[in-house]
Amino acid sequence: MILTNPTSIDLDIGAIRQQFPILNRIVKNKPLVYFDNAATTQKPQSVIDAISHYYSNYNANIHRGVHSLAEEATAAYEASRIAVQQFIGAAFSEEVIFTTGTTEGINLVAYAWGRANIVAGDEILISGMEHHSNIVPWQILCNEKNAILKVIPVLDNGELSLIDYHNLLGPKTKMVAIVQVSNALGTVNPVKSIIKAAHQVGAVVLIDGAQSAVHLDIDVQDMDCDFFVFSGHKLYGPTGIGILYGKKNILESMPVFQGGGEMIKEVTFERTTYNELPYKYEAGTPNIAGAIALKAALDFLNDLGKDNIRKHEAALLKYATAQLEIIPGLTIIGKAREKVSLVSFIIKGVHPQDIGVLLDNQGIAVRTGHHCTQPLMERFDIAGTVRASFAVYNTLAEIDVLIAGLWKALKMLS
Amino acid sequence: MIMEKDILEIESEFIESFSFLDTWEEKYEYIIELGKKLPALEEKYKTEDKKIKGCQSTVWLVSSYNNGKVFFKADSDAIIVKGLISMLIDVLSGHTPDKIINASLDFIDRIGMHTHLAQTRSNGLRAMVKQMKDYAIAYKVIHI
Repeated sequence: MILTNPTSIDLDIGAIRQQFPILNRIVKNKPLVYFDNAATTQKPQSVIDAISHYYSNYNANIHRGVHSLAEEATAAYEASRIAVQQFIGAAFSEEVIFTTGTTEGINLVAYAWGRANIVAGDEILISGMEHHSNIVPWQILCNEKNAILKVIPVLDNGELSLIDYHNLLGPKTKMVAIVQVSNALGTVNPVKSIIKAAHQVGAVVLIDGAQSAVHLDIDVQDMDCDFFVFSGHKLYGPTGIGILYGKKNILESMPVFQGGGEMIKEVTFERTTYNELPYKYEAGTPNIAGAIALKAALDFLNDLGKDNIRKHEAALLKYATAQLEIIPGLTIIGKAREKVSLVSFIIKGVHPQDIGVLLDNQGIAVRTGHHCTQPLMERFDIAGTVRASFAVYNTLAEIDVLIAGLWKALKMLS
Repeated sequence: MIMEKDILEIESEFIESFSFLDTWEEKYEYIIELGKKLPALEEKYKTEDKKIKGCQSTVWLVSSYNNGKVFFKADSDAIIVKGLISMLIDVLSGHTPDKIINASLDFIDRIGMHTHLAQTRSNGLRAMVKQMKDYAIAYKVIHI
């Protein structure tokens, strides 16, 4: 469990819930209980309004027009970049690149940095708990360059084997790409020490922050990662917008990724000179509405205070874990000492999908399956899990609904 | 000689059975019951080539051809999918390739289970229906 600051306050969850219109939904004649927050969180009214306000009042393409709407849109888009810079503690705003999400961020690094820096025989180190998004781009790169993908094993409790990590690090390690928080297990990895060790052998580090950015305080300078990627939609923001942070000197030395408008300085048919950071990596018209609404999501998080959110989410996790453990035959997969508010479990003799279907019929949304972490499921020798992941708007009463729903599902399946 | 039941007749029987089931609980309990009654596929058939892999559950499908008719056997690791499979086998197995190819399987919709076919990635059921029809097409071509 994440330690919370003793100064954190109790949030008014009822008032927070009122900011989320979707929480009034009735699903299968039951009030929606939404426990699939690790897949995507719901959006507060302020985020929905930011999108609609942009399209209703100042929709224009950015960085180009001299007209008023273009200026307003550009100002809002760039204000969002500053908000992200502050949110992750980046030294420079041009280190913040808007992407479509975590997946694109990783692919951009694997493509642009990877193709310029990886040669045959080099080693790329990932972990056994990576999402497919942080496996496949590196696999493609390794296949192309005859490089070697190495994997840090996962321990039975869902933590990384740091002993193995240190043994796997070596002079050939060029990239360490690690998830900060596991989407399937909830494990919080000690990224700061992982990064320090990687730098000692001269490797570059990418941290997948898809699950961590919403729960943990992110300070990329203190962490000292070279790249940090995350998605807007997992932290109360819209889909289709994400962030790639990269250290300025590394981003500047990297070749371009996609060619197109915006990313150029001068184009002739003979040659093109490229724009400076961050525009160098933002080819084409970006997701302007998404970027602007992302700021509204960050404002929502900052207003509540991550410390206060963590206090509430830790209480949810503690209660859910205790209640689930009472159910006979239930095993929690992932018992790391430090976890975010996510619990993955299996029940002996029952397929996760059957549980998912029967919970859905009671208005309860959980995720079932392999969570895009097939190698991790194989490591635990399971087909998949049921995963309940909690957000700030969830309540203890909703966990009671889940537990009652589970008992009912198990009775029906027995 | 007893006339064999037509695909539509079997579908109608399921629609009628479900019309007596008022709540979602009753419907799913019925499907779970069908799933439990469907004989498990022998282990020798549970091979990679018989596997229809969904995002969540796995379906194994075996077909055979006898006297102009196609026969199916199937299994799944998830019990609700297995119950739905049991109905699909009841409806489609033992008919001519043409009848299988042309079956619209509207009953799935009529009994309120269409979501299981619509979730393309979450289970192998939709892929299984396609595979059953593909087998029928293949047998038709081979035995023309």
